[in-house]
Amino acid sequence: MTTAITVTGLVKDFGRTRALDGLDLTVARGEVHGFLGPNGSGKSTTIRILLGLLRADGGTARLLDGDPWRDAVALHRRLAYVPGDVTLWRNLTGGEAIDLLGRLRGGLDRARRAELLERFELDPTKKGRAYSKGNRQKVALVAALASDAELLVLDEPTSGLDPLMEDVFRSCIAEERDRGRTVLLSSHILSEVEALCDRVSIIRAGRTVETGTLTELRHLTRTSIDAELAGPPPELTGVHDLVTEGRRVRCQVDADRLDEVLRALSAVGVRSLTSRPPTLEELFLRHYEQPGAPRDEQTPDPAVTR
Amino acid sequence: MNTLAGTPVLFRLALRRDRIALPAWVYVLAASVVSTALSFRSLYDTEDSRLRFAAGIAANTSLRALYGPLHDPSTIGGLTAWRMGVFGAVLAGLMSTLLVVRHTRAEEEDGRLELVGAGAVGRRAPLTAALLAAATANLLLAALVALCLTATGQSAAGSLAFGLALAGCGMLFAGTAAVTAQVAGTARAANGLAGALLGTAFVLRAVGDAGPAWVGWLSPIGWAEQVRPFAENRWWVLLLPAAGTALAVAAAYALVARRDLGAGLLPQRPGPAAGAPGLCTAAALAVRLHRGTLLGWAAGFAAAGLVFGGVSRGIVDLVGDNARVADVIARLGGRQGLLDAYFGTMTNLFGMIVALYAVQAVLRLRAEEISGRAEPVLATAVSRLRWAAGHLLFPLAGSAVLLAVAGVFTGLGQGAAMGGTGHAVARLLPAALAQLPAVWLTAAVALALVGLAPRWSTAGWGALALFLLLGWLGPVLRLPQWVLDLSPFTHTPHLPGGAFTPTPLLWLTALAAALAAAGLAGLHRRDIG
Repeated sequence: MTTAITVTGLVKDFGRTRALDGLDLTVARGEVHGFLGPNGSGKSTTIRILLGLLRADGGTARLLDGDPWRDAVALHRRLAYVPGDVTLWRNLTGGEAIDLLGRLRGGLDRARRAELLERFELDPTKKGRAYSKGNRQKVALVAALASDAELLVLDEPTSGLDPLMEDVFRSCIAEERDRGRTVLLSSHILSEVEALCDRVSIIRAGRTVETGTLTELRHLTRTSIDAELAGPPPELTGVHDLVTEGRRVRCQVDADRLDEVLRALSAVGVRSLTSRPPTLEELFLRHYEQPGAPRDEQTPDPAVTR
Repeated sequence: MNTLAGTPVLFRLALRRDRIALPAWVYVLAASVVSTALSFRSLYDTEDSRLRFAAGIAANTSLRALYGPLHDPSTIGGLTAWRMGVFGAVLAGLMSTLLVVRHTRAEEEDGRLELVGAGAVGRRAPLTAALLAAATANLLLAALVALCLTATGQSAAGSLAFGLALAGCGMLFAGTAAVTAQVAGTARAANGLAGALLGTAFVLRAVGDAGPAWVGWLSPIGWAEQVRPFAENRWWVLLLPAAGTALAVAAAYALVARRDLGAGLLPQRPGPAAGAPGLCTAAALAVRLHRGTLLGWAAGFAAAGLVFGGVSRGIVDLVGDNARVADVIARLGGRQGLLDAYFGTMTNLFGMIVALYAVQAVLRLRAEEISGRAEPVLATAVSRLRWAAGHLLFPLAGSAVLLAVAGVFTGLGQGAAMGGTGHAVARLLPAALAQLPAVWLTAAVALALVGLAPRWSTAGWGALALFLLLGWLGPVLRLPQWVLDLSPFTHTPHLPGGAFTPTPLLWLTALAAALAAAGLAGLHRRDIG
C-alpha cells in the first residue's frame, strides 16, 4: 500500500460546534505532507483522531493500513507525535521525558538522541517547568526524531522555535524524508511548508479546500507579471489588479489566460519581464479572504476553548 | 509603581471566578451549623435533657478527642458550638487555603498571572485580591452563622463569637496559604503544605483536649474552641488568630517582593540527563508522579497515629469518678470498651482522611489529561487502560499503605503510652485496614466520574464531602438510617472490639469494582482531552 494516511469525509462534533465537516486527506508513503489551515480550522482535531485520542463522528480514517481508534497501540509503535503545545512533567527532567516517551514507543536510538540534543542545543538536565515553550517543544521533537518511527505526526512543531532552531528543524525533516519516512506537518508557517513539503492540503472550517503538489496548486491560480514595455501598454482583458505606470505594467493573470496576455504584451514589445508564481501565502490568503468566510464563523479550536 | 495597583479589578475577577464555589462553601458550612442547632433543639428541648446528654458524652472520651470539651451543656448554642466548632474551623481553614492558592500560585503556575501581571497590576495585587476574597468568604460565613443561630433563638453574643471563631481560623489559614503559595513552586505543593499544617493543628488540639491542655493552645483550631462561645464568650482569644493572620500576611508580602514570578523559594536544581533504565513504562511514570505525595501522606499518618495512640491513656483517665458517668461507662463496656470506642472512632476518621488521598490520586488522571501531558503518552504504544492502571495503583494500593501506616503507628503510640505494643498493633492494624473497602468505593465514585462524565470529575470531591458530612453530622441530626447508609463509612465494622462480619465489606468492594469497571469502560471509549 502506498498511502500512509487516508481520511475521507471525516466529521467531528464537539457539542453543537462542528469541528470537522467532511474533511479529506491523503498522505502518500515517503512524502512530507503540509497540513495548512488557520487557527481553529480543525488541524489538531484531525491529528487527534488519527492518533485515536478522539473518536470520529463520521467518515473514515486509515493510518498505516490500520484503524486509528481500534489499533491505536499497534499503530503508535510505528509513529511519533509532537503536540503543538507541549507540557512536561514538573518533576522529570527533559532527558528523562525524552527517554520515557521513546521507551514507551518501543525504544530510541541513543546516538541519534545525543546528536539531536547537540543540534537543538537542548540542556536535558533541567526540570520540566524550567523550560521555555521553545525548549519544551525541542524535548518533544528530540523524542520523536530519535525514534525510528515510519510516520512522524507533527502538530505545529516549530511555533516556539527561534529562526536558528527552525533551520535545524528543517534540515532534520529533510533528512527524515531522505530516509524514506512519512511526515504529516501541520503548520501555518508558510515558508516552512514551502521549503519542506512535497504535497499540501489546505483546510478551512473543517473541510479540505485544496490539495495537491505546490506546482499543481500554483497552476490553479494566478501568476504575477511585472513587465516593462517598448510602447504604450495594450488593452488587457482577463487580468486582475492591473497597475500601469507609464510603460510599466503589473498584473495578475489566471493560468488559462497567460498565453493570451503574453501575446498581447509581446505585440507591443517587451524590454523586461518578471513573472512569479503565486507564493503559498497568496494561495493561502486567497482561500481565507473570500467573501462569505469571515474568520469569526470558523469553528473554534477545541484545544483553545477548553 | 504602586504594588497594590489593580487590586480591585483582580478582586472582582476572583469573586467572578468563584461565584459558585465561594457561596457553595459558605452555604454548606453555615447550613451544617444551623441544621445541627435545629436538630439539637428538637432532640433536647429541655435543659435537663441537655444535661443528661452532656453526661453521656462526658463518658465517651473519644468524642472529646474528636470534638473537644463541651463548655456549655445548658444551651442549644453551647451544644452546637461543641459539635461544630472543630469541624467548622477545619472546613473554614480548608476553604480559605484552597481559595487563596487557587487565585495565587495556581494562576501563576498556569501562566495566567503573567498575562495579568503584564497589565497595570502591582506586584502584591494578586495576593491582596486573593486575601480579600478569602476575607469576604470568612466574613460572610461569620455573619451567616451569627444571624442564623440568633434566629434560632440562641444568644446573639454567643452566636457572633462562634461565627467569628470559625472565620478567625479561616483567615489564619488564608494567611498560611498565602505564605505556602510563595514558598512552594506548584499549587499542589502549596495546598499540600498548608493542608499538612491544618492537619497538624487538628492533631495538636486533639492532644490538648485529651491530654495536656497547653498543647491545644498551639493550634489555631484550639483557639476556635477556646473562644468558648455561649459559655464564656472569651472575645480576647479572637486576637490570637487576628495577630497570626497579620503576621502570616506580612510574611507573604515580604516573600512575594523577593521572588520571581513563577518561581518558588526553593531553587531549581538540575536533574539527571537521561532516564533511569526503569523509567520505561506508564506505571513507572505514575510512580514518579505519585510517590512524593504518598510519602508525605504516610509521614503525616505516622505522626498522627503516634499522637492519637499516645493520648489513649489520657482518654481513660479523663473519665474521672462522676457516678453518673461511671454508670454510662459500665454500659459502654468498662475501660476496655471505652478504649475500643475511641480507637474505633479514630480508625473511621483515618479511613475518611485516606479517602481524601484516594480521591486526589484518582483525579490525577484527569489532571494529566487536561494539562495535555496524557496526550504524548497515549500517542505511544501505551493503551488507555495501561495508562490509567499506572495511576490507579495509588488509590488502590497507596490507600492500603496509608491505612496500614495509620494502624501500625497508632498501635506503636498506644504501646509506648500503656505497654503491650504487639497486642495493640495486632488489634489496630486490621481495624484500620477494614476501612479500605469504603476508601476504595469513594475512589471508585471519582473514577466513574472521570470515565463517564469527565467534565464533572471534581464532583468526586462532592461525593466525599457528602460522606464526611454524613459521618460527622448524621448521628447528631438523627437522619434516617437509609440516608446514613449512603456513606460507605457507615458500613465499615466497629473495630477494634466490635463484631466483624465480612459481608458489608464484600459488598462495598464489589460495588467499588463495578463502579471502577464502569469508569474504565467509559475512559476506554470516550474522547481524550
